[in-house]
Amino acid sequence: MSVLVLIEHDGKNVKDASLATVTAAAQLGEVHALVAGENVDAVAQAVAKIAGVATVHTATSPALEHQLAEAVAPIAARLMESHDAFVAPATTTGKNIAPRVAALLDVMQISDILSVEGADTFTRPIYAGNAIATVKSKDAKKVVTVRTTAFEKAAREGGSASVEQVDAGSDPGMSSFVSLEASESERPELTSAKVIVSGGRAFGSSEQFHGLLDPLADKLGAAVGASRAAVDAGYAPNDYQVGQTGKIVAPEVYVAIGISGAIQHLAGMKDSKVIVAINKDEEAPIFQVADIGLVGDLFKIVPELTAKL
Amino acid sequence: MKLLVAVKRVIDYNVKPRVRMDGSGVDLANVKMSMNPFDEIAVEEAIRLKEKGVATEIVTVSIGPAKAQETLRTALAMGADRAILVQTDEEVEPLAVAKILARIAEEEQPQLVILGKQAIDDDNNATGQMLAALLGWPQGTFASKVEVSDSATVTREVDGGLETVKLQLPAVVTTDLRLNEPRYASLPNIMKAKSKPLATKSPGDYGVDVARRLETLKVVEPAKRQAGIKIGTVDELVGRLKALGVAK
Repeated sequence: MSVLVLIEHDGKNVKDASLATVTAAAQLGEVHALVAGENVDAVAQAVAKIAGVATVHTATSPALEHQLAEAVAPIAARLMESHDAFVAPATTTGKNIAPRVAALLDVMQISDILSVEGADTFTRPIYAGNAIATVKSKDAKKVVTVRTTAFEKAAREGGSASVEQVDAGSDPGMSSFVSLEASESERPELTSAKVIVSGGRAFGSSEQFHGLLDPLADKLGAAVGASRAAVDAGYAPNDYQVGQTGKIVAPEVYVAIGISGAIQHLAGMKDSKVIVAINKDEEAPIFQVADIGLVGDLFKIVPELTAKL
Repeated sequence: MKLLVAVKRVIDYNVKPRVRMDGSGVDLANVKMSMNPFDEIAVEEAIRLKEKGVATEIVTVSIGPAKAQETLRTALAMGADRAILVQTDEEVEPLAVAKILARIAEEEQPQLVILGKQAIDDDNNATGQMLAALLGWPQGTFASKVEVSDSATVTREVDGGLETVKLQLPAVVTTDLRLNEPRYASLPNIMKAKSKPLATKSPGDYGVDVARRLETLKVVEPAKRQAGIKIGTVDELVGRLKALGVAK
């Protein structure tokens, strides 16, 4: 089987999500990468070195600079004439583009797969991760998005793929990029961080959320996350949100502070290797999934912890 | 300007789904059902565009069983003007939903179709993008801000922050959580909604085959995590974190 993989990049670097996607795709067949953008030579060279990638297709044009779905999807759909499956990371970029490709191919997408069970069979979470479905696709071609925390990252070295330029088509012209307000942070990205400290509504205010969590995160070299309740209350921006409606994470250590453990939050972090919970309510559901629990007042515990680390 | 809003009847977001013992799916018998939360946000956004004088009419559509009428009545009570129920007892996949919506969009000629970014039952996050592809329209997915004039300017929740795109009209927008806070329908409006027009159609009326492309082989509960240990002091926690290699 020949598999086309959408590579997510920022024009300079290949995102980690792409590496896990390559691993998932390699379980289906031979991996051919698609790098769409404007100046993508450096990215294409980096992708060519990823272990398991056979060919890198590059599509370059000014219209592709921001990887808008309207411009990328027709290129992917055209390349799919000679591929059997299209695989993209289930990131906001992949989720924006893949269904558009699927519809152009008249294929029903298999979203957010957790495992590859066979050439046409996959597992995926439904109902906010409260159930896992095994689904078999009857479509001749497959379109799949990958939950990147469910797959190991492919090695960034070891491959020697050829790089081929493909037709970038014409600018569909129906949409244009205006701006990107990047969340400014010197901390690691949530979805690739080894350690995450995450706060809930118990922090009571944005000042206390950042005032207490940021120094702790700095000590641990951790990313900062938040529950939906904390985001809804305005303590943290939405791109901090961990959960079914936010980001799905699986770090080595997840420290949940003042988070009760609503179903939808657990769906976003329960695959973390070690979960540490700090909460004043000893009946909080978070303790049912935590490996290490500490019952107490976060306003006392967090400063003490930060001081002692 | 006419707006089309798609809504889905799903398990209420406060209900914990129970997986059937025989692995055939999730038990929905006698379970509270509601409008998909992201679709409520879509209805609210449409109403706000009408209140601003940008939109003149809001048509709401649902594809589902007879009881999806209740979901449409909720949208009408919130402020939609008329409703279309495409009635079927089949579980309709996003691709077929998108095909039906595309046919309705061709008939109704809206300038904007607004949908939730995903339904909280099958969690596919696909229908809006598929609809945009089928119509050849631009898409503004995961929207946290929508401004409509002779084009639509949509701010999107992306992994690295907020991306703003400008879309030609007509366009498809899918909603994210922070776009707005949906209103509750008032009792007088619930009464008024009962007399608003609701047309009932079938997938066949739109010539769309709703046969499923994905066969569900089984549905199981996820592996359960075991609760670990409780510790008593911050010093113990520091020790544990050091043992895990995350603290110096």
